Amino acid sequence: MAFEPIRKQRQPGIPCNLADYDQAVRDFSWGKARAELDGLPGGRGLNICHEAVDRHAAGPRASRPALRCVARDGAVTEFSYASLRSQTSRFANLLRALRTGKGDRVFSLLGRVPELYVAALGTLKNASVFSPLFPAFGPEPIRERLSLGDGKVLVTSPQLYERKIAPIRDSLPGLEHVLVTGGPPDAKTTGLAEAMAGCGEDFEIPPTDPQDMALLHFTSGTTGRPKGAVHVHEAVVAHHATAAAALDLRPDDVFWCTADPGWVTGTSYGIIAPLAHGLTLMTDAADFEARRWYRMLAEHRVTVWYTAPTAIRMLMRYGPELPASCDLSALRFIASVGEPLNPEAVVWGERALGLPIHDNWWQTETGAIMISNFASMEIRPGSMGRPLPGVTAGLLARGADGRARVTDGKVTEITEPGAEGELALRPGWPSMFRGYLHDDERYAEAFGGGWYLTGDVARRDCDGYYWFVARADDVIKSAGHLVGPFEVESVLLEHPAVAEAGVIGTPDPVAGELVKAFVSVTPGYEASGELRLELIAFGRRRLGAVAPKEIEFDQHLPHTQSGKVMRRVLKARELGLPTADLSTMREAR
Amino acid sequence: MTSAAAEAAIKEALGEVTPGADTDSLPPDADLRDTLELDSLDFLRFVEILSERTGKRIDEDDYPQLATKAGAVKFLAGRARG
Repeated sequence: MAFEPIRKQRQPGIPCNLADYDQAVRDFSWGKARAELDGLPGGRGLNICHEAVDRHAAGPRASRPALRCVARDGAVTEFSYASLRSQTSRFANLLRALRTGKGDRVFSLLGRVPELYVAALGTLKNASVFSPLFPAFGPEPIRERLSLGDGKVLVTSPQLYERKIAPIRDSLPGLEHVLVTGGPPDAKTTGLAEAMAGCGEDFEIPPTDPQDMALLHFTSGTTGRPKGAVHVHEAVVAHHATAAAALDLRPDDVFWCTADPGWVTGTSYGIIAPLAHGLTLMTDAADFEARRWYRMLAEHRVTVWYTAPTAIRMLMRYGPELPASCDLSALRFIASVGEPLNPEAVVWGERALGLPIHDNWWQTETGAIMISNFASMEIRPGSMGRPLPGVTAGLLARGADGRARVTDGKVTEITEPGAEGELALRPGWPSMFRGYLHDDERYAEAFGGGWYLTGDVARRDCDGYYWFVARADDVIKSAGHLVGPFEVESVLLEHPAVAEAGVIGTPDPVAGELVKAFVSVTPGYEASGELRLELIAFGRRRLGAVAPKEIEFDQHLPHTQSGKVMRRVLKARELGLPTADLSTMREAR
Repeated sequence: MTSAAAEAAIKEALGEVTPGADTDSLPPDADLRDTLELDSLDFLRFVEILSERTGKRIDEDDYPQLATKAGAVKFLAGRARG
């Protein structure tokens, strides 16, 4: 079924931030975007926390609610910009007292509680590096990231500490301090509240070079260990500019980003960008629940809502009566990110919520929205939209491995409308990642012919709208979370019954993809229903949220000549597709 | 459906979604999603299995009643009489 474009009617009195796409693209420069920010006083550089908190706290917005945290029981904790400045200063002073300074890595493993936001911003204020961990990770992904990222300080809750950190603490010699949000469970932890109470609430932000490392976000590739994408303080220029253009954020908004800060969206747009605009940021500690979410939107008078396809598709399972019974009159703009938003969901938004949903596209490595549907621009349901002003996107011809073909440092750009190619971006935007921590080789491999190669395959129509086609590699997108098959396979292989494993994403109507593992068993073990459950339990215990939901036994996993499990073939079989070129494949005997 | 049958069905469904979890010592009023670390998709699967096994239709609007073991037992046992 073809979906008609959704045309926008001009709303009287409130022009969009980006009123005319073509003109905005012509007029934009990153220099102008930088000029919208203040910079540290006395020309001492550019610091994310100054732009997000301190500059508002020093001006007329000081008493405006900056952060409204809703607890699971509905209790609200609110910080004005002034109080957020004091709290983040206390945290920065605490880091200083712990001899943690510029460049040192401070990790968080927390639910969406006030302390998470204070720790994130306080870390940036101290010019240390903030690295958030998704609290639903199991101990193994946590250990791996803390170790790869040289975590020196960790902020967590007593419960998460006991469940996930205590068992791995001894394997992390570099982790010097664990700060907990409640009573310290053992002598190796420190109570955060008491420690902060002993620190002053004045803190002068040290000189911060815009190129100083600020954020470390882990992401997954097809092979190898997780990659720590490094972002710098200058990224705030892109956070601020893209939030204005793509999310239409304004200083009087109440903004709710449902993403967890453990993923890049939840930091770039769930902490930094909205505060940089001086608006009120709302957060909810509870996980998805349809009635609760509509109540949040209504009671807190949310004006701009940034959510994800999986959540939208869960909301779509309810009848239209539920949203109709809620007062959503404050809501002005809805956007979605995480995986491609299916056209049905875009159209459902217009029908059930009275507003179409604006899909956009970006990655951990890009740090900010790169391609988007805009408030003023016609939506073509199913399309990710058009490149942000200041962003140059292109499509590159692909080689036999499915990735952009780079020959002698040269690539071939595809300009023909409707043709598929690997989506690529011209480097130069401020929130581009500056490296994968300790892994220069993989960083270098992410570029070719003067482009950043995204690993996504897309096409572009004759009017410049981009349409997602597929991943060019084996990375899995489940419920908006990027899952590296290698990380999952590695853990499964630690089980004595597993001889080999191949992990893929299998299509799911709600989550986009679910993590599925094909496993061949070690001789002596029986591929029984019991073992299947045992492996699922094993995966959940070790991996948490990225564990396989489904396990299928297969004693004849397809291999390359070199003996690697061919995930592409598993995927093609799963989808009932022809297995294309299998010349390099052989079956295990 | 009796409370005992409801409880058995719940245990079985949880056993499939999160095998190996200790569902016996689960406090009746503990939030299932929190205690067993179920994400939204796990919870959805729990509800689907429960519906399949008990033959009861479970609407999205009923989900909040399934948040705890006690709530789920009450819901399943209550439905049969209604």
